[in-house]
Amino acid sequence: MRLFSKTVVAGGLLLLAADPALAEIRIGSVLSVTGPASFLGDPELKTLEMLVEEVNAAGGINGEEIALIHYDDGGDANQARTLATRLVEDDEVIAVIGGSTTGVTLAVAPVFEEAGIPFISLAGAVSIINPVNPWVFKTPHTDRMACEKIFTDLNARGLSQIGLISGQGGFGSSMREQCLDVAGDFGIEVLADETYAPRDSDMTPQLTSIAATDGIEAVVNPGFGQGPAIVTRNFAQLGIELPLYQSHGVASDAFIELAGESANGVRLPGSATLIVDLLAEDDPQHDVVTAYRDAFEGHFDEPVSTFGGYAHDAFWIMVSAIETAGSTDGEAIRQAIEATTGWVGVTGEFNMSPEDHMGLDLSAFRMLEIVDGDWTLVE
Amino acid sequence: MSEFLQYVLSGTTVGAVYALIALGFTLIYNASTVVNFAQGEFVMIGGMVTAFLFAAGTPLWLAAPTAIVVAAIVGILLNKLAIEPARGASVISLIVITIGASIFLRGLAGIVFDKQIHRFPAFTGEDPIAVFGATILPQGLWVLGGGAAVLVGLYLFLTRSIVGKAVMATANNRLAAKLVGINTNSMMTLSFGLSAAIGALAGVLATPITLVAYDVGVGMALKGFAAAMLGGMGSPVGAIVGGLLLGLIEAMTAGYLSSEYKDAVAFIVILIVLFVMPSGLFGPRSVERV
Repeated sequence: MRLFSKTVVAGGLLLLAADPALAEIRIGSVLSVTGPASFLGDPELKTLEMLVEEVNAAGGINGEEIALIHYDDGGDANQARTLATRLVEDDEVIAVIGGSTTGVTLAVAPVFEEAGIPFISLAGAVSIINPVNPWVFKTPHTDRMACEKIFTDLNARGLSQIGLISGQGGFGSSMREQCLDVAGDFGIEVLADETYAPRDSDMTPQLTSIAATDGIEAVVNPGFGQGPAIVTRNFAQLGIELPLYQSHGVASDAFIELAGESANGVRLPGSATLIVDLLAEDDPQHDVVTAYRDAFEGHFDEPVSTFGGYAHDAFWIMVSAIETAGSTDGEAIRQAIEATTGWVGVTGEFNMSPEDHMGLDLSAFRMLEIVDGDWTLVE
Repeated sequence: MSEFLQYVLSGTTVGAVYALIALGFTLIYNASTVVNFAQGEFVMIGGMVTAFLFAAGTPLWLAAPTAIVVAAIVGILLNKLAIEPARGASVISLIVITIGASIFLRGLAGIVFDKQIHRFPAFTGEDPIAVFGATILPQGLWVLGGGAAVLVGLYLFLTRSIVGKAVMATANNRLAAKLVGINTNSMMTLSFGLSAAIGALAGVLATPITLVAYDVGVGMALKGFAAAMLGGMGSPVGAIVGGLLLGLIEAMTAGYLSSEYKDAVAFIVILIVLFVMPSGLFGPRSVERV
């Protein structure tokens, strides 16, 4: 908030001239609070509700309270599209945060684009912001960046020949494609390329086959949900002595709990939210991450997650944009979001531009290793 | 060679879980000619109840049997509240009712428990056992042993005990069974309870390996149903063979061909078998009674 206080004065001046004038500020959200993606949508909604309360308690935006109008899509893209239309036509929201998954985001984006409503998505895939849609932004890192981060770490360790074992779900298959696409840039050779279905309960055949491939130096597992936990367990069961990399999709304490001792030695690109206590005092993200963690855990009695952090960043970027715009005019808010630069959130430092509607770079990812059942920083 | 052995061990462990689920299908099918698509939910209930009781501090040896009893009660309620009132309806209607029950139970589990993934520790340690260069988890042996024990128990029950024979009689001809004094309604209740207990046992044994969440039932039911069809609907031996075969085909395809086509290959094999032997490997040769 303090970062934007200087814009409040300017915003206040604009308020006099702006039309339509600020009344109650209606922000919409469509999230997958139930259903298969509930582990994303649930902390996201909690974060939004917590922050709306906080802003309203502090006097709202330019003196106007925020009203959050939320709908749960249950992870269903069709349902989400209907709800998006309802947000636009019945609820007349001026901005939208949401879309827990890539599928939902891509389904609702055209609705908001047509209505000229700025939309910040909380989903991962690079296809949301590439090609750039003027009305669509996102706060999470992309799967492509996760691959790049992992490959950078492999380069540092002098490893170049890897095996991929990917989930067949949307997240896993999208990240697999991105990894195959960028592998060449890092001199990485993918010697084995296996997959598993989202509900599979045993991946030892795939891993046995990968381990038996000549020259494999490391294994990378793009996927989320229970798959990566089973892969990690099977990996240990088979006694494979190679580095294992997971994706940011399992960057939560629940993964360590499910994978048990097998998780030790696993590396993955994660956000600062996971290692709040390990961050140096002078780390640019130290203050914002600590504040978010303390607020969230004080409020809900459950551990903070990377995914709620996406909503945190989206919310503050949106709030500051509305402040800057000083009106509820969609185009003014859109331009203000696009002009977000040098803002440090819990996910990373955002530098948006007309060409880049996410604005994060690789520094937003931290390479983490699980040691004795806890996160440690590799760098 | 050690790779081949690993595929065999992996396939057998997964197959034993499928086999237990297929046995549950078989039991209800034998008693009522209904295919109970809520079978997978019993597996989920077995795993979830055990996981939650264990997390709440109940020792595993108490949590697991409790979960099986809870599932059996749910099975009996399913019969009493949903199947029995629709007694006169056609088999297709009853099957649709079980699909509805499955959706209902899944939704209920999402509310009663939560939507996270859970597990509890293996019964006898987590250190893999090495077998000629391949490995199997101690829990895998529990799954195999559980499958074998249930098969033997069920076989003895259906062929040796008077109650088991009454279940078979009810399946063969409900009217004739009634005429000789068998209470066909209690036989139905019994088979739903037993079938749910077997499903829950599969969930309890497999969860340390496969993990459990409120929505694992559908996938489980689908694989178990495929195994039962492959082995021949109605045959307990067929259910076991079908389950193991399905697991092995999946493991071999994933290991030697491509994991991308694992499920496809398994289902193609089932299609071919059903073309050649329409009632499955061990199913009764279909004779239309006129």
